[in-house]
Amino acid sequence: METKDIHWSTVIKPHTSLLDIDLKELWKYRDLLFLLVKRDFVAFYKQTILGPIWFFIQPLLTTLMYFLIFGRIANLSTDGVPPILFYLAGVTCWSYISECLLKTSDTFIANASIFGKVYFPRLIIPLSIVISNFVRFGIQFSLFLMVWLYYFVNGQVQVTFAIFLLPYLVLIMALLGLGFGIIFSSLTTKYRDLRFLLAFGVQLLMFATPVVYPLSMASEKMRWFLVVNPFTSLIETFRYGFTGSGSFSWMHLGYSSLVAVILLVFGVVIFNKVEKSFMDTV
Amino acid sequence: MSELAISVENLSKLYRLGEIGTGTISHDLNRWWAKVRGKEDPFQKLGEENKRDTKGGGLVWALKDVSFDVPKGEVLGIIGKNGAGKSTLLKLLSRVTAPTTGIIKAQGRMASLLEVGTGFHPELTGRDNIFLNGAILGMTRGEISRKFDEIVSFSGVERYIDTPVKRYSSGMYVRLAFAVAAHLDTEILIIDEVLAVGDADFQKKCLGKMKDVSTNEGRTVLFVSHQMGIISQLCNTGLLMENGTVKAYGSINSIIDKYMTSNSAHGINEYIYSNNAKNKKIYFSKILTRNTNGDSSDNFRFDESISLEVDIEMEHYDSNSLISITLQDKLGYYISTDVIELSKFVLNEDTSRVSFKVEYPESLIAPNSYYFRLAIFKIDRTVYDLIENICPIRINDTGTPMSKFEGIDYGQVILNLKYST
Repeated sequence: METKDIHWSTVIKPHTSLLDIDLKELWKYRDLLFLLVKRDFVAFYKQTILGPIWFFIQPLLTTLMYFLIFGRIANLSTDGVPPILFYLAGVTCWSYISECLLKTSDTFIANASIFGKVYFPRLIIPLSIVISNFVRFGIQFSLFLMVWLYYFVNGQVQVTFAIFLLPYLVLIMALLGLGFGIIFSSLTTKYRDLRFLLAFGVQLLMFATPVVYPLSMASEKMRWFLVVNPFTSLIETFRYGFTGSGSFSWMHLGYSSLVAVILLVFGVVIFNKVEKSFMDTV
Repeated sequence: MSELAISVENLSKLYRLGEIGTGTISHDLNRWWAKVRGKEDPFQKLGEENKRDTKGGGLVWALKDVSFDVPKGEVLGIIGKNGAGKSTLLKLLSRVTAPTTGIIKAQGRMASLLEVGTGFHPELTGRDNIFLNGAILGMTRGEISRKFDEIVSFSGVERYIDTPVKRYSSGMYVRLAFAVAAHLDTEILIIDEVLAVGDADFQKKCLGKMKDVSTNEGRTVLFVSHQMGIISQLCNTGLLMENGTVKAYGSINSIIDKYMTSNSAHGINEYIYSNNAKNKKIYFSKILTRNTNGDSSDNFRFDESISLEVDIEMEHYDSNSLISITLQDKLGYYISTDVIELSKFVLNEDTSRVSFKVEYPESLIAPNSYYFRLAIFKIDRTVYDLIENICPIRINDTGTPMSKFEGIDYGQVILNLKYST
């Protein structure tokens, strides 16, 4: 047949190689990415009276709660940082990480009805979730910045050079959340148990991360356990940058970055594999 | 041969039946181990033809070695019984799921409409949803902006365009959804029975739009529907599927004809109520066609009368009910309709059932394929039950005056005309 020399623009095959990720296609769907982010925001505060203010209320109330329980009742140290600022820093970072992780881990199950009807690069969905959460983080970070400015002007906190690492920290947080999230999302299509495991796993993980206590409080024995947790150095560095207390180590930060990259690559590979046929198992 | 738009080679899809869940980790490991050693999937060979009514192993080929080519600009109708593999084929073509073996090659942008309004978000306004839905279907924001006014005016919901779609009536909702879909301009379009939306007026508009899309703009369209009338109007070629394989490929009329006869291959021609009919107060429980010998049949001679046996069951007897019996041609058009009062027949008190027979005269209905449509209703338009396209029958040409012109459409009835000068 003469069809041999036609250039086919779409070829659908059963098996593709592991690293067959079509970035060009992903770029073609950038408008969808933008619209999905927009949808997340509009849908979030539709029919609420306070609207976008809810983005502030959530971290404020959580911070207040932590302040009462961990600060006043449990009397945990905050390394000399004003407690409100200390908890707010932890809450802002942690809610970004956990939202990225939890929401992306639901990608396939939550979107099964769309995925079952139309094709677009599936990776668009977790990416849109990370971006929505980034914008949300931006709003909550501005709240943190206002509180921080108050203490800074009053001379209660010092800044260190690590403050300039902020964009990098945010990026690594996003990559870690995304990496973990898409790995779990790929596995939950078949083994739903993981969903339940993950829901409280993330809750427990918060206590294995110095969110409500400083790393310096941990005993030598426990320390290695906290350092193995890739989220630890991110939150510690964040605090170190903005308040001058806490710890900073290039090695720990490097470790977190390495974990993030490995997880992400691994995640994209299995995500890519699962997206081809997950409709048959979901 | 003209240029190809789509080429499908040896396409197969294997499905696992029954529960898919945590119990399959050992299977998964097994398959993985076989794959690592480069062997065939140990469970794959258990697969069998997709016959829903026979019991068998845990794996089934929903599609088996399907190959066909679609030339550019072709409007192809895909028909087949439920379970023939049409939907699986569409899913593979639209990349919702990957094939087990085989390859699909396509030239040009491909979009599929397995559903209208995919990704509509109830909280968003009509305007936002047009953009979101368009983007999901593969349009860019620029393209949607350019077509925005056209989409809105086609849908006829201008006034509500800035209202969240959750406030829309269901009709407005589907009209807006269809409008977005109808303005997709990809070179290849795959459509699954989405036409059946909206009221009669809008359906006509949709049909017109689909005709424009498929003929004027020179696009390649793959179309799946059960409505033979629409298929025959829109498509030039047809693909008949059966048990996951391609049964026939050819001009649309020959394919529809093949479909109609293959449909009735099993001889017994019975309609039995489905379970959800039980919710109805009065419903058709069984309908059967018999030939003059009293045997249940779906193949009739031209000079043979057709007897239709109807059983109606009811929760309570409503003496005001009317029964309509319609003979339909294969495109769904009505040949004849008759209405009779339920009270004309006796109710069997024990079984709360009414049974009657109706006979269609011999040597009148032209050789072709037909269906029945029955309804129980009241003059105030309450409809108790309505069933369409049931009991397909075939009247064979066994010596009509038109026999020598077989294959030519000569209408639905053959009348014994009287000529004079």
